[in-house]
Amino acid sequence: MSGELKLLKPGTHFLMGNIACAEAALIAGCEFYAGYPITPSNEIAEHMSRRMPELGRHFIQMEDEIASAVAILGASAAGVKSMTATSGPGFSLMMESIGLSAMLELPCVIVDVQRAGPSTGIPTFVGQGDVMQSRWGSHGDYELVVYAPSSVQEFFDLTIEAFNTSEWLRIPTIVLSDEVVGHMYGRLEVPPYDKITIINRKKYEGRKEDYLPYNYETLIPPFVAAGEGYRIHMTGLTHDERGYPSLEIEDSHKLLERLVMKVRKNAKNLWKYESYFIDDADIVVITFGITARASIEAVKRARKEGLKIGLLKLLTLWPFPEDPVKIASQYARRILVAEINMGQLIHPVREVAECPVASINYPVGYVPPPEYILDGIRAAV
Amino acid sequence: MSRSQILRENIVKESPRDDLIRKDRFPHIWCPGCSLGTVLKCYVEAIASSNIPIDKHVVVSGIGCTGRIAGYIKLDSYHVTHGRPIAFAEGMRIVRPDLEVTVISGDGDLVTIGGNHFIHAIRRNVDINVFLVNNFIYGMTGNQMGSTTPIGARSSTSPYGCPEYPFNLPLLVASLGAPFVARWTTLHVRQLADAMKRALQVKGFAFIEIITSCPVGFGSYNELREGLDFIKLFRDSCVVDHNADLTKVGITLRPGEPIVLGNFVDREVPTYHDLEKEVFKKAGWLK
Repeated sequence: MSGELKLLKPGTHFLMGNIACAEAALIAGCEFYAGYPITPSNEIAEHMSRRMPELGRHFIQMEDEIASAVAILGASAAGVKSMTATSGPGFSLMMESIGLSAMLELPCVIVDVQRAGPSTGIPTFVGQGDVMQSRWGSHGDYELVVYAPSSVQEFFDLTIEAFNTSEWLRIPTIVLSDEVVGHMYGRLEVPPYDKITIINRKKYEGRKEDYLPYNYETLIPPFVAAGEGYRIHMTGLTHDERGYPSLEIEDSHKLLERLVMKVRKNAKNLWKYESYFIDDADIVVITFGITARASIEAVKRARKEGLKIGLLKLLTLWPFPEDPVKIASQYARRILVAEINMGQLIHPVREVAECPVASINYPVGYVPPPEYILDGIRAAV
Repeated sequence: MSRSQILRENIVKESPRDDLIRKDRFPHIWCPGCSLGTVLKCYVEAIASSNIPIDKHVVVSGIGCTGRIAGYIKLDSYHVTHGRPIAFAEGMRIVRPDLEVTVISGDGDLVTIGGNHFIHAIRRNVDINVFLVNNFIYGMTGNQMGSTTPIGARSSTSPYGCPEYPFNLPLLVASLGAPFVARWTTLHVRQLADAMKRALQVKGFAFIEIITSCPVGFGSYNELREGLDFIKLFRDSCVVDHNADLTKVGITLRPGEPIVLGNFVDREVPTYHDLEKEVFKKAGWLK
């Protein structure tokens, strides 16, 4: 090998969201990208197809999103960090592998640049309709972590965070972006590399003969890669701590408990959110992604009108940040959930809120203008 | 004394290749008369004589009776989702050139639900081995027809006879440019093990279609109720022709029509990894 590691340099950049995401993946140490063309995520694959070989890393365009999501797990089993990016229709096809990633405990990162509508919808317009699918899309019980960026900077930061969380917990992580955040150009500050936290999956270091791939003594079992001489077995079937298929209810219980508890027990450390004008707020707008940008402007205008409005921007959607939402609901008279869909994030908000909750829905494929959100706020006042 | 009692007395506790078998997983789930054990044995023989370190062999399987092979073999083994082992193997092989990745799975898994991954992996010529076990049916789910079920054959979802043309797999794989294409049955154990050994050496996509007995599944619907009935069928209708015209090797299982076997294709074709090196050169990573 003769190339040099040409990563995006620390300092200030002006970049497209999707490209910031790709550069973040390179800095995070992504060594394998598999993807399938789909609007509006294409710039990620295009950029990776140019950049990955420059760094001696692998880019492959697969035959569909099913194959992309499986191929990144094969690479992960071989011990490298891997990712794919897609949009709604492709994301639907990847659900099967999200379950496999959770079950085999193979880390991977999936970026979903959301577009408008169900089915083919409007590929070039924005949507936030994959909130529930990102959490519940694959069958059976498992947990994963979903981040939602609202700016180029956040898309960059949360992509690195997604790799770190995935490696730390051995789970699939989702970056739930959207068409506008993906395509917008914006300011990006890349910190000095030594200020960027990079987490790599914990490797097993004990005696070979003692190794259990899914040791019941551990919440997050240490990892061994293919070809290291452990002769491990991994199966999507319900398995025991040796990784062997099991029909024992006790094994099933222990497995499922671990799959969910490794996320639930760490939920507080996974919650990322920002609050604005929340201390004296009568009404709190809870929102995420691009809708947060319009909502912040609406809240500022409402404040100018003398209305006591606050805002909670969720950067982690799942595990759902229960505590900050609950606390906001204890001080506010009302919560409004603003999202570009017919009402999805409102459900977990309602589950924990102690005050009335209402929606500001905007399902038409554009970013709601601040005035639209302000109208919703005025109506709630 | 019945035949099965005689066999029971002849059971030995040790096998020369126990180091490559997960004995703690036995007894296996396969039916009496099934020849997946023969496939397993041939594979173990092939890797033991492959001159590739045992720890560098990886097996990937999908779902189905054959998919369980990954669980019985003492290698790094991955039992993934239905139809997806080839895509999984591609990701693994691309990032780890030191690994010898072999996919062993069934016809339903690899060419029916997984057909798209199958053809594209061949087209790319990724350096993996694919040993496709063809029993003409979905055994584990209860003997439904699939894309390899011969016309007229009965199954639990073709009670009036299968109305679809089956794949001619050697023709399909050869047409996509694969460097190695073979077909053997589990009666032809020596030829099968040799073909597997050759496949492990071949650079690029190496394919073996393995015709197996399935007396409890396919056989019970098609008057082949004993494992021995399949062995007789293989003995009577198999013709070895390495130079066969692949347009004429589709399997009908009709009386008098042959099952053509052989190592049909063995040629050098630049692999995906060779071509990827060119990409690395143009990108400035490799000189």
